[in-house]
Amino acid sequence: MTLVHNFPFFCILLCMAAGIFTSVLKPKAAKALTFVVAGTVLVLSALTLRLTLQLEEAYPFIMGHFPAPWGNEIRIGRLEALMATGFSAVLLISLLAGMWHTSNFVSEQKTNLYCIMIDLALAAVLVLIYTNDLFTVYVFIEIMTIASCALVVVRQNGHTLVATTRYMIMHLFGSGLLLLGIAMLYGITGHLLMVPLHEAVVNIVQTGEHMGPLTVVIALITAGLAIKSAMFPFHGWAPDTYAFAPPLSSAILSGIISTAYIFVLIKFFCRVIGLDVIISQQITPFLFVCGVSGMIIGSIMAISQRDIRRMIAYSSVAQIGYIYLGLGIGTKAGVEAALFQMLVHAAVKSVLFLSTYELVNVSGDHKHFRYLHGAGYRNVPAGIVFTIAAMSMVGIPFTGGFIVKLNLAISGIAIGGWVRALVLIALALSTLLNSVYFLHTVVSIYRRPAQELDYPKPEKTLPVVAVALFTSVLLIIYLGIGSEPILRVIETGLKTFS
Amino acid sequence: MWQLLYENLEQTVAVILFGIGFSILLLQRNLIRKIIGLNIMDTAVYLFLASMGYISGRKAPIVVDGVTQTTAYINPIPAGLVLTGIVVSVSFTGIMLALTIRLYRRYHTLDIDEIAMLARGEDA
Repeated sequence: MTLVHNFPFFCILLCMAAGIFTSVLKPKAAKALTFVVAGTVLVLSALTLRLTLQLEEAYPFIMGHFPAPWGNEIRIGRLEALMATGFSAVLLISLLAGMWHTSNFVSEQKTNLYCIMIDLALAAVLVLIYTNDLFTVYVFIEIMTIASCALVVVRQNGHTLVATTRYMIMHLFGSGLLLLGIAMLYGITGHLLMVPLHEAVVNIVQTGEHMGPLTVVIALITAGLAIKSAMFPFHGWAPDTYAFAPPLSSAILSGIISTAYIFVLIKFFCRVIGLDVIISQQITPFLFVCGVSGMIIGSIMAISQRDIRRMIAYSSVAQIGYIYLGLGIGTKAGVEAALFQMLVHAAVKSVLFLSTYELVNVSGDHKHFRYLHGAGYRNVPAGIVFTIAAMSMVGIPFTGGFIVKLNLAISGIAIGGWVRALVLIALALSTLLNSVYFLHTVVSIYRRPAQELDYPKPEKTLPVVAVALFTSVLLIIYLGIGSEPILRVIETGLKTFS
Repeated sequence: MWQLLYENLEQTVAVILFGIGFSILLLQRNLIRKIIGLNIMDTAVYLFLASMGYISGRKAPIVVDGVTQTTAYINPIPAGLVLTGIVVSVSFTGIMLALTIRLYRRYHTLDIDEIAMLARGEDA
């Protein structure tokens, strides 16, 4: 075992240790430490990715002194390393673009707390990506929920309080279902580590004993994670939370945290239960229907919004629908498309929230479309970045969104029958709806204001923000043009994932 | 049917309690009741877990008299899980109570629907 083999563990430990040290630092140093942590995690994850690309198999990493099946372990493969690299890159870009204006939302005394919560959220995301133990999943899901609540409520007004309460209640439902599911699964298998769990599940399926409880377990855990990742129709908490939280928090919550829950679900499907059992238990049609309705209804709701941030929040529901559509197709190709959409969603959604803040900021802090007229001229970089991110949302070629829709269509076509028809109709309809509201927004921000409203002079955009926003645009375009190697990593990673 | 439910009495009670807690958390509008519902729901899962680890006639897994056979003790893992779960639910209860205090100071009510209506009237 070389030093690089330990890097995933170092990443997790680094985030948690940084959280502790942040509490005693000065606010400025706390912010700096958060940047350092995110940057280091990105570098270490990228090195881990390079290592896993050289290895044929995923390797387990024992935490503590007890080997499987008793102890706790993390498991590092290509897919996990790719996701960790992608998420930490998005987090670093979001921090660079969003940290400077947190002082508008977060009071000086709370800055340290805010940084701690970002560190904790990153630690939880990393653990959820790497862990191989079902109970660790539960514990870190709860840590992530607490961190995300704090990220929202740190902006102290009535809206965020109400939004956080809603968020909390919905997430507690989700956790309750998840915990009951894990408890029942432990009851019928006697394991919590995923590899022995899978063997026990295979045994259950072969003998047919405890098949009923197994179905209930799958339903409970799927429902729990679906609620937590804002799958339609459980998305009720999402729009308010994303719209009223500080922009950096919205970017992290919607881009990284909600997709991390879905990664856990994919892990549960592929590694713990096995995709064939999931399909035979009729879970995938349910996800398929929810995904399609989310894509359509999320977009329709987005069109009816007059507030740009609520619009983006609803479009987030639609984007999560794409991921569930990929899962619901129920083939390896569908899951691959879903995993790629998770990366694209993280990159696009975070930059949309952050560039929107810049546009709103130069429009006298008004979020309604009629005040945003001409915002693209008042802040040129944010306007360009928003336009390109919107193009990716619609699915214009050379952006990540196009490749997602292409892959979803290909995996749907391969199935044939009514699934093929439904996938293609849903994709076409949702692309149409996406273009309606994003075109409308892009036209609005480049339209000359009817009468010259007296906009207050905004703060100047810092060069670092512009650079960060443009970097994320490069990332979106890279996901569109250079998707081939990433898709190959996902494909080969998924083989060694289970 | 009844025989089966009686044989698995702990699990049956746990699921009923879970349902009660779940519906309180979902249906009650009063925030304090919601928090109580949350606690009932979590406790139900702990009962479920703890009952699974218990094997009648055996002792708690603490070695005192030099007895080291595994057959002498109950399964300690569910107990460990329950302890972890209790820590989680305590922290959640704490956060929910803190939020409730904030909301009450601001809106002078504990009714979540009323609070949402009052909040909607505010400027974003």
